[in-house]
Amino acid sequence: MTPDMTPPDMTRDLDGRSLPHESARLHVMGAAHYTDDIPEIQGTLYAAMGVSSQAHAVIEAMNLEAVKSFPGVVAVLTAQDIAGENNHGSILHDDPILAKDLVQFIGQPIFAVIATSTDSARKAARLGDIKYQNLPPVLSPHDAHAQKSYVVPPMRLRRGDVAEKLAAAPHKLSGTFSVGGQEQFYLEGQISYALPRENQSLHVYCSTQHPTEMQMLIAHMLGWPQHRVTVEVRRMGGGFGGKETQSAQFACIAALAAHHTGRPVKLRLDRDDDMMITGKRHCFYYDYSVGFDETGLIQALKLEMILRAGYSADLSGPVATRAICHVDNAYYLSDVDLAAFCAKTNTQSNTAFRGFGGPQGAMAIEYIIDDIARHLGIDPLDVRHRNFYGKNAGAKNAGQGRDTTPYGQTVTDNIIHDLVERLQQSSDYRRRRVLINDYNKNSKFLRKGIALTPCKFGISFNVVHLNQAGALVHVYGDGTVLVNHGGTEMGQGLHTKICQIVAAELGITPDRVRVTATVTDKVPNTSATAASTGADLNGKAAQDAAAQIRGRLLPVAAAMLGCAESEVVFANNRVQGGGKSIGFNDLVAKAYMARVQLWSDGFYATPGLHWDAASMTGKPFFYFCYGAAVSEVTVDTLTGEWRLDRVDILHDVGRSLNPAIDRGQIEGAFIQGLGWLTTEQLVWNDKGRLMTHAPSTYKIPASHDCPPVFNVALYEADNAADTIGRSKAVGEPPILLSFSVFFAIRDALAGLAAGKGSSPPLNAPASCEEIFRVANGFKAV
Amino acid sequence: MAKKLIHVTVNGQSHEVAVEPRLLLIHFLREQLNLTGAHIGCETSHCGACTVDLDGQSVKSCTHLAVQCDGSSITTVEGLAQNGVLHAVQEGFYQEHGLQCGFCTPGMLVRAQRLLQENPNPTEDEIRQGMSGNLCRCTGYQNIVKAVQYAAKKLSQAAAAAA
Ligand code: FES
Ligand code: FES
Repeated sequence: MTPDMTPPDMTRDLDGRSLPHESARLHVMGAAHYTDDIPEIQGTLYAAMGVSSQAHAVIEAMNLEAVKSFPGVVAVLTAQDIAGENNHGSILHDDPILAKDLVQFIGQPIFAVIATSTDSARKAARLGDIKYQNLPPVLSPHDAHAQKSYVVPPMRLRRGDVAEKLAAAPHKLSGTFSVGGQEQFYLEGQISYALPRENQSLHVYCSTQHPTEMQMLIAHMLGWPQHRVTVEVRRMGGGFGGKETQSAQFACIAALAAHHTGRPVKLRLDRDDDMMITGKRHCFYYDYSVGFDETGLIQALKLEMILRAGYSADLSGPVATRAICHVDNAYYLSDVDLAAFCAKTNTQSNTAFRGFGGPQGAMAIEYIIDDIARHLGIDPLDVRHRNFYGKNAGAKNAGQGRDTTPYGQTVTDNIIHDLVERLQQSSDYRRRRVLINDYNKNSKFLRKGIALTPCKFGISFNVVHLNQAGALVHVYGDGTVLVNHGGTEMGQGLHTKICQIVAAELGITPDRVRVTATVTDKVPNTSATAASTGADLNGKAAQDAAAQIRGRLLPVAAAMLGCAESEVVFANNRVQGGGKSIGFNDLVAKAYMARVQLWSDGFYATPGLHWDAASMTGKPFFYFCYGAAVSEVTVDTLTGEWRLDRVDILHDVGRSLNPAIDRGQIEGAFIQGLGWLTTEQLVWNDKGRLMTHAPSTYKIPASHDCPPVFNVALYEADNAADTIGRSKAVGEPPILLSFSVFFAIRDALAGLAAGKGSSPPLNAPASCEEIFRVANGFKAV
Repeated sequence: MAKKLIHVTVNGQSHEVAVEPRLLLIHFLREQLNLTGAHIGCETSHCGACTVDLDGQSVKSCTHLAVQCDGSSITTVEGLAQNGVLHAVQEGFYQEHGLQCGFCTPGMLVRAQRLLQENPNPTEDEIRQGMSGNLCRCTGYQNIVKAVQYAAKKLSQAAAAAA
């Protein structure tokens, strides 16, 4: 390390130091190993998949002779080669690893080719001769809905009397709109590397957010007990939800191939295959009726959401649940009737993607509020204000109204009023609104728009039992520390935060703490690193483990220092008390000699959660994260081209564990959301073939798509809930901040100057074509 | 097909290797030289994860043949640090939190060092344009821009001190 790189004083870590990512040095040296960088074992083989060319068909016959005889091919595996369960579905068992008689989307894997090179395997995989008997495919979610064809039963959440309130409301609006899906586009594609080990066991390196589930599914596939399979991941090159369940099919195929050939097998997906096979963010179609008064106060809301689930259930049920639980976003909705339909279509099985339905749920209410504001001819921000959850929400006012979510959880930590007020000031929203209106009056083709949108996001898995985590902390004889926990590192900085937490608990500097790969033979039965809960759950578990060790060291320290245990302070790699000070290492050496256990497990389960799936009520969330963003855009109405001129964000991360990491999460999520709502468009043709299956046709934001002015600030306040260091989760909530861009574009197209009643029928993604269509008054195609 | 003998200098070290004519540069680097810093993200020259420096130009090594590099000099991310001292762009990405998952980082670094030779004092907009062939799905690019600015400043200070 050069002098310039020596991290500054790292002693007061849980005060929220912006330590660099724990692997930053490896990353800049090109020395951080992803799964594809692990030195290969001699004899390694490579896999590829033969996939369906039909959206819905019975497989009548399969001739794989040409595949088998292709140079370099060692084995070809089909569903017949699976001794145990042919399934990689996590909840319902409706996802075949290799399709047997029925294919349900174009791209569905049917057979696996194992060869001496990736090139051979991929080429041979194209030579399968498969006879299909075609069945009618269902390609649109609306068609599926019309046929009542769903992957899980419809869900509905009702409160109050919507019919009556709607009838009585002074104003009423109805409408339809949609938001598109989104490809995760983790920069490192799906990959697994399976190694046969002695005594009928397998070790599988897998780029996954959910090692335990990979382990389970591989074991079930082979008909093995779970303890014969170990799954390991040191880091992923991005996950974003796309490696929660979607890594399973490839982990299973690599494992199956390793088992059958007795040799190590690597399966690294080509980007096009990755996009053709794996599920994405669900696109949503909305149909709503809302009743409100002249100030915009919502009195009743009826909303139907149809999701494109794809061919199987995967996580669509929980995604729809989270969507329903986020329709309220930051607003009190007294009377609601919310329904979600997970439409079964002959397309990829949609899955988790950062926000997990939450963004799609919250998008609905923001769109509706935008409509209300334009109908009434008032600034959308005023309508937002009007509908926020009660200002003094909290224990004192509980039950007094305007603080209970549609699903029955009381909002006790509401800071949205203050947060939005501060952002409104710092971004100069009101003055810019006036300037923009003036600009639009004098500009013929270029129009400006601005929007401030809030975010409230519930933290915890909606499924209660998943809210648990484990960790192992070892203190070695030389005083260095090794931590292992159930969370996975996908770039979000989880391991860095865990280092800081353990270091703080033991009073040592983070450079003495090393976090190792997540592996199922260390901490078992883990939950996916998902729902933004990585640091909340694993941080508490790691702290618990470290605290137990510190507790055992305490009497030894007190004896060495000759003081009371209560006087002992662990800090700065030293232990002090009674006016004396000893090195942490010396204490550890002494404790070892005294036969004190210097390692510990730790465990955490989030308290107080409950959920009744039938009534869709309970307390699914430990707490809420808040935030808000203001975006300003300029739209060229002649071409549909537009520019993001300025963005201001104020976001709540509680007391940040690492402000640099948290800001990075906010910026990254915002730009990812910007892509979702503007440039990223998934297009299927009339046969059901995904036409946007590579970065050549699927456009994620690049460096020059970002705003020239991008002000990001953290809202400084402790989490009211007892979380690790009073921090808050940060992974998903800031996706919602990108709504401000979409509504700024819509604002530009409407312009308040246009007067009452002008709500542009803009759908997301607001691509240039979509903007052009709306700007020029064309009908939806 | 018969292998072809090529001479290449990679990170200052010369290699004489027989390669298949259709071997891609990225595979040559990763599999034959065990230089796994450059990553495979898309294999179609869109993402930039595989970017290396070839005779003073940034190239996407996933769409370049190894035989095309005969007689050339190549720098990969592994060749940026000199005698254990990080290059200014590496330091910039480290200090400015210019990475999250890190998968794009090697390509970003190699591109950034070339950009700063093409244009030692780029404006923010020039950095954004100059780096636009390298995709990052994690960071939102803010810290990547800051990292390049950090490196530009450091390099120009060093140049001024040397002058
Ligand atoms: S792998 Fe070469 S540009 Fe993406
Ligand atoms: S840091 Fe993950 S892609 Fe750039």
